Amino acid sequence: MKRTITCIICPKGCEIEADNDSGTLVLSGYDCARGKRYAETEMTCPMRTLTTTVRLPTGRMLPVRTDAPVPKAKLFDCMAEVAKIRLPVKPVAAGEVILADICGTGANLIASAAWELNANP
Amino acid sequence: MTDNKINLKYDIVIIGGGPAGMSAAIAAYEHGNRSILIIEREKRLGGILKQCIHPGFGLEMYKEELTGPEFAARLIAKVREYNIDCRMSSMVLDIDRKLCVTGTSSDLGVFTVQAGAVILAMGCRERPRGALNTPGTRPSGVFTAGAAQYFVNMYGYLPGKEVVILGSGDIGLIMARRMTLEGAKVKAVCEVMPYSGGLARNIEQCLNDFNIPLLLSHTVVEVHGKERVTGVTIAQVENVPGKGRVPVKGTEQFIPCDTLLLSVGLIPENELTTSCGIRLNPATKGAEVDQDRQTEIPGIYSCGNVLHVHDLADFAAEEARIAGEAAAERVRKLRENAGEKSCEEGGFKVGLKADGKVRYVVPQVITAKKDVNVFFRVSDIFKKPTLVVTASGSAEGAEGETGENVLLKKKYLKLVPGTMQTVTLKKEMLEQIPDGGRIEFKLLPGDAE
Ligand SMILES: Cc1cc2nc3c(=O)[nH]c(=O)nc-3n(C[C@H](O)[C@H](O)[C@H](O)COP(=O)(O)OP(=O)(O)OC[C@H]3O[C@@H](n4cnc5c(N)ncnc54)[C@H](O)[C@@H]3O)c2cc1C
Ligand code: SF4
Repeated sequence: MKRTITCIICPKGCEIEADNDSGTLVLSGYDCARGKRYAETEMTCPMRTLTTTVRLPTGRMLPVRTDAPVPKAKLFDCMAEVAKIRLPVKPVAAGEVILADICGTGANLIASAAWELNANP
Repeated sequence: MTDNKINLKYDIVIIGGGPAGMSAAIAAYEHGNRSILIIEREKRLGGILKQCIHPGFGLEMYKEELTGPEFAARLIAKVREYNIDCRMSSMVLDIDRKLCVTGTSSDLGVFTVQAGAVILAMGCRERPRGALNTPGTRPSGVFTAGAAQYFVNMYGYLPGKEVVILGSGDIGLIMARRMTLEGAKVKAVCEVMPYSGGLARNIEQCLNDFNIPLLLSHTVVEVHGKERVTGVTIAQVENVPGKGRVPVKGTEQFIPCDTLLLSVGLIPENELTTSCGIRLNPATKGAEVDQDRQTEIPGIYSCGNVLHVHDLADFAAEEARIAGEAAAERVRKLRENAGEKSCEEGGFKVGLKADGKVRYVVPQVITAKKDVNVFFRVSDIFKKPTLVVTASGSAEGAEGETGENVLLKKKYLKLVPGTMQTVTLKKEMLEQIPDGGRIEFKLLPGDAE
């Protein structure tokens, strides 16, 4: 298969040509090693970092993210898991694990921001 | 107190507690100033970043990819560490030419702050529907993409189930993914231009990942529905010389939906700027500034999105450091020369102009002979263009060449309106230009699309 992959790792957005017709993957057009790695996983199992929100006891939302990319195919499964989360009434630290090993992906769902009990509504 | 108005005094007053305002404060502190006040109308610092929960921030400043709240938290931590005063839930109403800032807050009522320097960092807001001229009734279900982002990310309220997005700027793209993940069906993103203003990575990870079609050269020609949006009619557009981009008859297509999101551009929030008499640049819709980000009124600086719309919060924050440092330096100099009249430096001033293909440059004025980074944006997609920067009015070294002196030439593979560019004008280049000279930014197209 020949494919053009737009690299999403940084705002440069390099277009990487991928060709595995010969049995080995041939890549060109990447500007750095991270882009090369991105194209390799993109050809095997595309991965994405998930960012979303979890409801706080106050009714407002807490921003959360996975601490590592998860398979793109599992994004909606992860969203369904996140929707079930009920946070206890206690402070949250930035980076705190909200849900470990989400959907068996090995990635943890962590808080992107802190929340204090007496925080603004 | 006879007057029940509170009168405060600070060296540096910063209006807006977004990434630009916080960075300016941090830079001013690091330059030695200890009398800094940030005034922010919301309850929390962070500006628009509070609602930008997606990653993509910090790659320039911190060399790692952060979400908006994480990026903001780093700046907030510094503001706290330095003990910089912040007045939250306080709205600035007016600034005058004597650098007196008037604001209002629930605890103080109306208050004034006399400053030695004022830094404008009010950010930008989205162009609302009125600016759009889409005909049709006014049913509910039409939101700006940023308002939808606020509802979803701050309150967990999904504003609709079936969505069409007009405009393919980054906020629109980000919201296409966000609404999809939350269970809405995004039917199409229409873009009136033949290209998207959004980053390629966002088209890939926000649209292509979810098979959301991007319809280039398309616009919404009618919004249907009485109480709630029931659908939109979209049509292809073509460029008619003299008329601009107009819908093509016969290409209309109805798309049923309950929500239309608008992502049709940002405008700097400059009411305060104009109210104190500062003129705005027609291309940037922000103040005109010198290399220190000082406006035409000495002591008033402008930075971040209120000056010109930045693609990345990182760039807004970096620019704000320039203003913060310069403001601290101004105050230091004023103090050093207390008693004496402020000493005008060297009397050097050159104007910077864009040729139109280069849509704008920031700064627009240079008053110091030192290395200056100039930001610029182009007005169209150009393949293999060459940027030529010339100086005119130069006395030396340019005889015979119509008085024009090429300062620098730079070739690019591709320039697009969505990506801001930077070039550095070296001290040595500026030294060739006499006071009153002019620097012009021109683009020689390789092949324009
Ligand atoms: C809806 C939206 C989404 C965006 N998404 C992204 C993104 O995903 N990635 C990205 O890099 N950039 C994004 N941007 C651009 C983003 O605004 C900038 O990158 C960055 O936040 C600019 O920082 P700033 O400090 O200049 O402005 P802002 O973050 O907008 O901060 C301005 C602050 O000034 C305050 N203020 C304004 N007027 C007054 C007043 N009169 N008195 C007191 N306070 C006042 C406001 O309340 C606000 O807190 C987005 C912009 C918008 C509008
Ligand atoms: S290949 Fe490297 S430089 Fe190019 S977009 Fe990817 S990460 Fe950025």
